[in-house]
Amino acid sequence: MPEHDPETLRPSGMTRRQFIKSVIAAGVVTCSGALFSGPAGAAPAGPPGAVERLITLDVNGQQRRVDVLPHETLAQTLRYKLGLTSVKIGCDRAECGSCTVLVDDVPRYSCSTLTHSVRGAKILTVEGLTRPDGGLHPLQQGVLDAQGFQCGYCAPGFLMATLGFLKTNPDPTRAELAHGVSGNLCRCQDYDKILTALQNGAASMRKA
Amino acid sequence: MPQHDAPFTPRLTGHDYVTPDLRAKLTGTARFSEDFRIEGMLACKLLTSPMPHAKVARLDTSAALAVPGVRAILTAEDLPAPADTVTDTGSVIRANKWAEPALTMEPLYAGEPVLAVAAATEAAAAEAIAKIDIAFSPLPFVIDPLDSLRPGGPAARGDGNVWLQPPAGPDGAPAMAQVGRLSWTEADFAAAGPHRLPLGKPSREWAYGDLEAGFAKAALVLDETFVTPNVSHQTLETRSTLAYWQNGKVFIHTGTQSTMQTVPAISRWLGIPPERIVFISEFTGGGFGSKGTAGISLVIPALLAKKANAPVMMRVGRELEQAIGRARPSCIGRLRAGFAADGRLLALDMYVLQDNGPYEENNDAAMSGRIVSLLYQPQAMRWRGLAVLTNTPTRMYQTGPGGVQGVMLMDRVLAKAARELKLDQVAIRRVNAPAGKAPYDAAGAGGKRPHATSAFVKEALDQGAAAFGWQARQALPRDLGDGRRRGLGVGLGSFVAGTIGFDGLFVITPEGRLRIHCGIGNLGTESFSDVQRVLADAMDVPWEACEIVWGDTGKHLPWSCVSGGSQTIHAMSRAALAASLDAKKKLKEIAAQTLGGAPEDYAVAGGRVSRASDGRGLDFGEAARRAMALGGAYDGHEISAGLHALTKASAQALAGQGLLAVAKDTFPRDGQSFSYVATFAEVEVDTATGMYRVVDFHAAADSGVVVHPRAFGGQVVGRSMLGLGHVTGQRWVFDRHYGMPLGSRFYQTKPPTILELPQKTGWSSVGIPDPETPIGARGIGEPPTGAAAAALLNALSDALGDDRFRRAPILPDMILASLEPDARPRDHGLSANV
Ligand code: FES
Ligand code: FES
Repeated sequence: MPEHDPETLRPSGMTRRQFIKSVIAAGVVTCSGALFSGPAGAAPAGPPGAVERLITLDVNGQQRRVDVLPHETLAQTLRYKLGLTSVKIGCDRAECGSCTVLVDDVPRYSCSTLTHSVRGAKILTVEGLTRPDGGLHPLQQGVLDAQGFQCGYCAPGFLMATLGFLKTNPDPTRAELAHGVSGNLCRCQDYDKILTALQNGAASMRKA
Repeated sequence: MPQHDAPFTPRLTGHDYVTPDLRAKLTGTARFSEDFRIEGMLACKLLTSPMPHAKVARLDTSAALAVPGVRAILTAEDLPAPADTVTDTGSVIRANKWAEPALTMEPLYAGEPVLAVAAATEAAAAEAIAKIDIAFSPLPFVIDPLDSLRPGGPAARGDGNVWLQPPAGPDGAPAMAQVGRLSWTEADFAAAGPHRLPLGKPSREWAYGDLEAGFAKAALVLDETFVTPNVSHQTLETRSTLAYWQNGKVFIHTGTQSTMQTVPAISRWLGIPPERIVFISEFTGGGFGSKGTAGISLVIPALLAKKANAPVMMRVGRELEQAIGRARPSCIGRLRAGFAADGRLLALDMYVLQDNGPYEENNDAAMSGRIVSLLYQPQAMRWRGLAVLTNTPTRMYQTGPGGVQGVMLMDRVLAKAARELKLDQVAIRRVNAPAGKAPYDAAGAGGKRPHATSAFVKEALDQGAAAFGWQARQALPRDLGDGRRRGLGVGLGSFVAGTIGFDGLFVITPEGRLRIHCGIGNLGTESFSDVQRVLADAMDVPWEACEIVWGDTGKHLPWSCVSGGSQTIHAMSRAALAASLDAKKKLKEIAAQTLGGAPEDYAVAGGRVSRASDGRGLDFGEAARRAMALGGAYDGHEISAGLHALTKASAQALAGQGLLAVAKDTFPRDGQSFSYVATFAEVEVDTATGMYRVVDFHAAADSGVVVHPRAFGGQVVGRSMLGLGHVTGQRWVFDRHYGMPLGSRFYQTKPPTILELPQKTGWSSVGIPDPETPIGARGIGEPPTGAAAAALLNALSDALGDDRFRRAPILPDMILASLEPDARPRDHGLSANV
């Protein structure tokens, strides 16, 4: 992805305010973007004078243009600006994995990844798994058939961590898969059923 | 099946299926409270107390209000005054002046909310918080309950340090508990020595049987002190809440354990009638007791939204969650237990000191006595308890509240007794196990001890022992070489598992489908859906003909239990069955009126109401259309008496949409419903590093008929893992000098990860129907937690010897220290907060 300088991107003569307005009018950014700009419970956002820059992200196979602060995390961008609410923020500090997404096929904690660092990368969230016709990805289908998870708050993160792990090891043992998703916390602690369901999902993927 | 005639035939009940909420969870379309957006939504931030106990000495919000984008600041002055409220059944809930407020000018724990700001952006709200001119004057504080009980010790509140139970009034009615001042004497402390709980004055006590005679007869008397941990609920979804007001109604989105019971709770907190409340909670990211109904995290944004006259979203981050997200209270227990040579528990003198936190008295200490009296059936018992106020976060029920602590205190005493008396661990539990209508607690007003509906604990022990291979494993060497040791343990767990008297409500639509209205919270235990399997069976329709409406009180839901204390599968399957009987009665009457004959001539089966004599009948769609034509009770234009006011309102709103079935559960029940679990664990301890892990695990449940096996197994194993976490790592740490919490994140008070799942994990169920409920099912969520914690504690003692530890969690450094040649049991002055 080429890097855009915000100044060169802006049509000349337009103030920043007008520019943002025109972007919103064009439906590029969702309205809630500015509402939450930092971690919940944190001090005022960002270094002084930090300004958003319009960048393009490759998310779930789509080119999404979005204004991003220098210190903005990928979780904030995906959740609050692009409306991808499957990305859950359980801890906001790399402890729980509920925000896991794939960045170029590698599972990453999006709460601890700066959005600017993944320009040009392919980002995948759970929303991107479902087929356009609403059909489930074989991993999702396998988990569904086995009634995996309880409250499901951790589920999107587990699914993405599993998918990333299966890229490197498509036919893991139960113990290998447990290691593969051990960066994800489930507070319902339904680990036994989760593992069974994820293994079922992995099997569906091998058949698909 | 239950002994009496069952009004349903289990076809779906007892079988696995995919619940209707799961797809949304796996596709990211499930909307949890923080996923909602509404036009004009403001962000909220809290100013919380930087001290464990303080008074706000100065507060000036003018600079904060001048920050661009700031719309309102809510302080304690804006809260409605606590007032008495009257419930639907006419009982009065008295205002409690010691109850937790949503905001306070005298914070009683570090992190307690003092005020809240609403602003156009979170950044503006945070800037406003920084600009608030506020000064706190520190007040005396206490973190550990024993410090407060020492002569001259500090008190958590200005007006007292403990909850006291005044004597009953002249009419015998129990008086309201009060906060008061209590100190134990120097002599109490001296008599106990440093490693035993002093037996100072309690606030509550009960007893039955002849305690001293029991001790006199005993072949073995043990006197054991143990400290259970403070454990935060740490739901993965924090309690973020969205609230807004429209046309005089308040709309609230937050995670909850009961959609319907949250409504009267909101009504109490906000001082507005239930008809002005719309509550939306389709998905809840874990509760474990902490999201019972409405609490301060819901009240703050609701009142702030009113003041700001705009929608308010309060996002709760992990550290705020740790402060306001509730926790299980630590209990310090001292148990003197007398055993006969065959292991029978002849006498038990149990004292439980509860670290209560600063607000309402928790029931955990009392429940610990109840569960111990039930689960180990001591022939004589005295229970004494005292709840001490501390300047630490507010406590609340957590999975098996009090039952977990009771079992962690008592089951290890049983394990030690078995070793001293040279008895098998299963045998000593069998000889003390409750059976049938087992009694518990002391005698009530009528002179009779209350009793359980049923108990098949011996059967669970036998089933678990067989599945785990308990006997065969006894011969295995404890020394595994390379400094590794093996330990085997069994533990029991029990908790209440069912309530009665709630309402069922559904509509048979003109299309002949069942639209089931459900007021149960959805936390992922799947009981909101599982109980409807019973309804489908009762109505003899396929699951595909049923649709569940849940999670939004605007959709007209019936009065339901809170999904806590494992009530739901019991309470709401009964309510569903009651509604099915109402539907069948109406169907038969409609058929008789339409086709002639008497209602008794007709039967309901296969989606029809028809008569055997000539096969004539109506399908459900026809009957529903007839119901709409007939009106009256048939389509809900008349509602029978005896229903909860909120059910009535919902039924009235649904009138005319089809055949309306609505009824209250009035099925009889003799006794209180409890469930039980017997858990077996093998642990491997590395004596070089102090690390240990459970390698094999089996939990055998006695909780009646299993309605949905996969969900049941998820609960048994999931709640067991929670119990293992109580032993392996969950705890609080405080800076004692400043009274500040040091562990506010997952890595500091660490819940088990998937790597701690025992290599082999099994569960089973005895499956004997409970005789006191027509479905035969009791709840399962609670008892596995204590059983797993006890099994692991006992396995560690088996590996390393008794008297190594007097507190949990047991961390690797404690294991290593316990192996030193001159090791004494580590208890850190009987403090839970190390
Ligand atoms: S939210 Fe990112 S790891 Fe917890
Ligand atoms: S299923 Fe609830 S957190 Fe994992």
